[in-house]
Amino acid sequence: MKNLEDLKEQIRKALPELDVVIGWTDSFDPLHATPHFMRKEEDIDKLKVDALCVHNLATYLPGLKGKKVGIVVKGCDSRSVVELLQENLIKREDVTIFGFGCNGVVDQTKIRSIIGDVGNIEACELTDKEVTVTASGEVHKLALDEVLSDKCKTCRYPNAVLSDHFTGEEVATTATFEDGYKDLEEFEAKSTEEKFAYWLGEMDRCIRCYACRNACPMCVCRDHCVAQSRDPHWLSQEAHVRDKWMFQVIHAYHLTGRCTECGECQRACPVDIPILLFKKKFNKEIKEVFNYEAGLDPEATPPLLTFKNEEAKIKERDW
Amino acid sequence: MAQVKFIKKDNVSAWLEELGQKHEVLAPRFEGDSIIFRPYDASKGFFIEREATAPPKKAIFPQSETLLKFSNIKDLENPEKVALDVKENLPDSSWVVFGGRPCDARGFTMFDRVYLNGKHVDAYYKARRENTFFITLACEKGETTCFCNWVGSGPSDPTGSDVLMVPVEGGFFLEAVSDRGASLLDSSLLEDGDSKQAEADKVKVEADKSMGEAQDLSKAPEKLLAVFDNMEHWEEMSAKCLSCGACTYLCPTCYCFNITDESDGISGTRIRSWDNCMSSMFTMEASGHNPRPTKAHRLKNRVGHKFSYYPDLHDGVISCCGCGRCIKSCPVGVDIRQLVLSAIAYEAKEAAND
Repeated sequence: MKNLEDLKEQIRKALPELDVVIGWTDSFDPLHATPHFMRKEEDIDKLKVDALCVHNLATYLPGLKGKKVGIVVKGCDSRSVVELLQENLIKREDVTIFGFGCNGVVDQTKIRSIIGDVGNIEACELTDKEVTVTASGEVHKLALDEVLSDKCKTCRYPNAVLSDHFTGEEVATTATFEDGYKDLEEFEAKSTEEKFAYWLGEMDRCIRCYACRNACPMCVCRDHCVAQSRDPHWLSQEAHVRDKWMFQVIHAYHLTGRCTECGECQRACPVDIPILLFKKKFNKEIKEVFNYEAGLDPEATPPLLTFKNEEAKIKERDW
Repeated sequence: MAQVKFIKKDNVSAWLEELGQKHEVLAPRFEGDSIIFRPYDASKGFFIEREATAPPKKAIFPQSETLLKFSNIKDLENPEKVALDVKENLPDSSWVVFGGRPCDARGFTMFDRVYLNGKHVDAYYKARRENTFFITLACEKGETTCFCNWVGSGPSDPTGSDVLMVPVEGGFFLEAVSDRGASLLDSSLLEDGDSKQAEADKVKVEADKSMGEAQDLSKAPEKLLAVFDNMEHWEEMSAKCLSCGACTYLCPTCYCFNITDESDGISGTRIRSWDNCMSSMFTMEASGHNPRPTKAHRLKNRVGHKFSYYPDLHDGVISCCGCGRCIKSCPVGVDIRQLVLSAIAYEAKEAAND
C-alpha cells in the first residue's frame, strides 16, 4: 500500500479513544498475512496492507460488542460492515472505519495450483502487476491478474463504501453487475444432473468443520447454528454428503440478500470447496426480484428481513 | 536387521493394486485443489509429493461411524411393551494407509494411550487399529509450518509406521518397521534394498538438517498451567481465532468425539462422529452452564490439552505431532507454536518484573 504511513498516522491518532484497531500483519511465511489486533502504539508499526491481506475483518465485529473498535476495510469488507449496521448487529458509534481503495487480493489456491509446492516460501514481493514468489530456491513470477481472487476481477466496489477515515486515492472500476455472475451463468447452463453430480463430488470432502460459517461476517447465529443443535436435531452428525450439502443450502438461504460476497466462506474452507457459488446464485435472484444488493446503504433493510404484522397482500381478516 | 527393499517408482501403482487384493488401500490424491486420502483407484492415481491437506485420520477414527443399529419391536400381544433390538457394528476389514507422512502415523500413538492403554479399551478403535497398516513416506525436508522436531519426532520418524518409505533415485527404499510391516514386503514387485541403504540414510540426515532449530518445550506443561487463569492473556492470544473446528479436524492427534442417535421412525443408528473443543456445544452442560463460554477458553483448552494436560497424564508425551496443518489451513493463520512459546515466555516475563 502506497499510503500505508498515512493510514498508520490515522490509526495512531484514533487509537487512544479505541479499545482495539483491527488490521493485518505478517504471518507464518512471506506469502501470508494474518489479522492483527492493535492495542498499543507499537502494534501499529507491524501493520501491513497489501494484496495478501485477504481476510474480511468485519467478521470480528459482532464478537466485540460493547468495545470501541477500529477496523481497516477494503471495499468488499466495508459492505459487510454496512450490512452488520443495517441489521443492528453492531452500533455505528462503536465502530471507527479506516477505509481505502483496494486493487484486489490474491487467491492462495490459485497461487498453490501454479507453483505447486508452497510449503517452503522464502520470499514474496508484490507490485501492481506482479507477484514474485521464491519457493524452495526457485523464483516464480506470477502476473497479479492471474492470481487475483475472482471477486476482485469483477469488483464494482473497490473503495470503502462507508468510512470515517479514507486513505489514498479512490480506485476506478468499470465492472458491471453482470460481469460478476458470468461464472454462475455458465454453471446454470449445465443440466440438473450435471449440477447435482458436481455438488455431490465437491461436497463429499467437506469435513464439517464449519470454518465457512465462522469466517462469514453475516453468519451471526454461530453457537446456536442449526447445523449442531440437538433439539431440534435438524441435521444428522453423519459424514454423509446429504447432510453436508444440506448445511450449505441452509447457509445460503440464511444469507439471501444479506451476503456481500466477500468470499470468506470459500477462502476459509480447508479443502477448497467452491461454496461461494451457492451464495452468488441467491444474490443474483435477489437482484432480479428486488433489484437489491447487500451492504451498500446503512439505512436500507434487506428484502427478506422485513416483516409486517399485516402484510399488504394478505387479507387475513376477510377470510 | 530390519528387512529392507526397493521399489521402482513405476511399480508403486501395481504394488498398491496387489495390496488392494487383501486390504482396503487408502492413498492421497488430488480432489479439487486439496490432497485427500481416498480408497485407492488406479484410474485416479495417487499424489505423495506433498503432505496431504487432510491427514488419514479417518482410517482409524472415521468422521462418523456406526456403533450400533437399533430398532423397536412391538409386542402384538401387549402393545405397551416394546422390545429393543440392538446390533453391534464392529468393523471387520483391514486397511493399508499408503503415503501418509511420519507425523500422520505417529499421531495415532497419541490415540493409543487413550483408547487402548487406558482403563477402558475402545472396541471400535481397537478393531480398526489392529487391522490398519501404515506405509509411510519419510519427508525429504520440512515445510515452514512443520515442527515435528519440537515434539520429539523428525522427518523420518518410524514411530507408528509399519513400513517406512524413503525417496531415493528412481524409486523408494522400503524399511519394515514392524513385523506386520514385513509381511507387506513379500511382493515380487519389490527388489532387494541393501544397495540403497546408504542413499536412504543420507536422505534422512539431510531432512533432519532442513528442520529449523527445535524449541525446548519441556517447560510447557507447567507454564501453561501457570498462565491458565490469566484470561487477558488468552483473549489476546485468541483474538483472531474464529473458533471454527478446522484445526481439530485436520489434526492427526485430536481424538474427541460426539455420540448421537440418528433415528428414523422406530429404527436408527447410534453413531460416533468427530467433535471438537472449538465448538461451544462441546462443553455445554445440560443445565445450560458452559464452562468454556468464549473462544479464549476454548483455544486455551486446545493448547493446554496437547502441551500440558495430556503430557501430565502420559509420561510427558506431547499430544501434537508437529504436522503444521492447524497453522497452514487455519483461515486466519493462528499459529499454535506462538501460543505455546508465549505461554513459556509468559512466566519468564512475570518473573523478570518481580
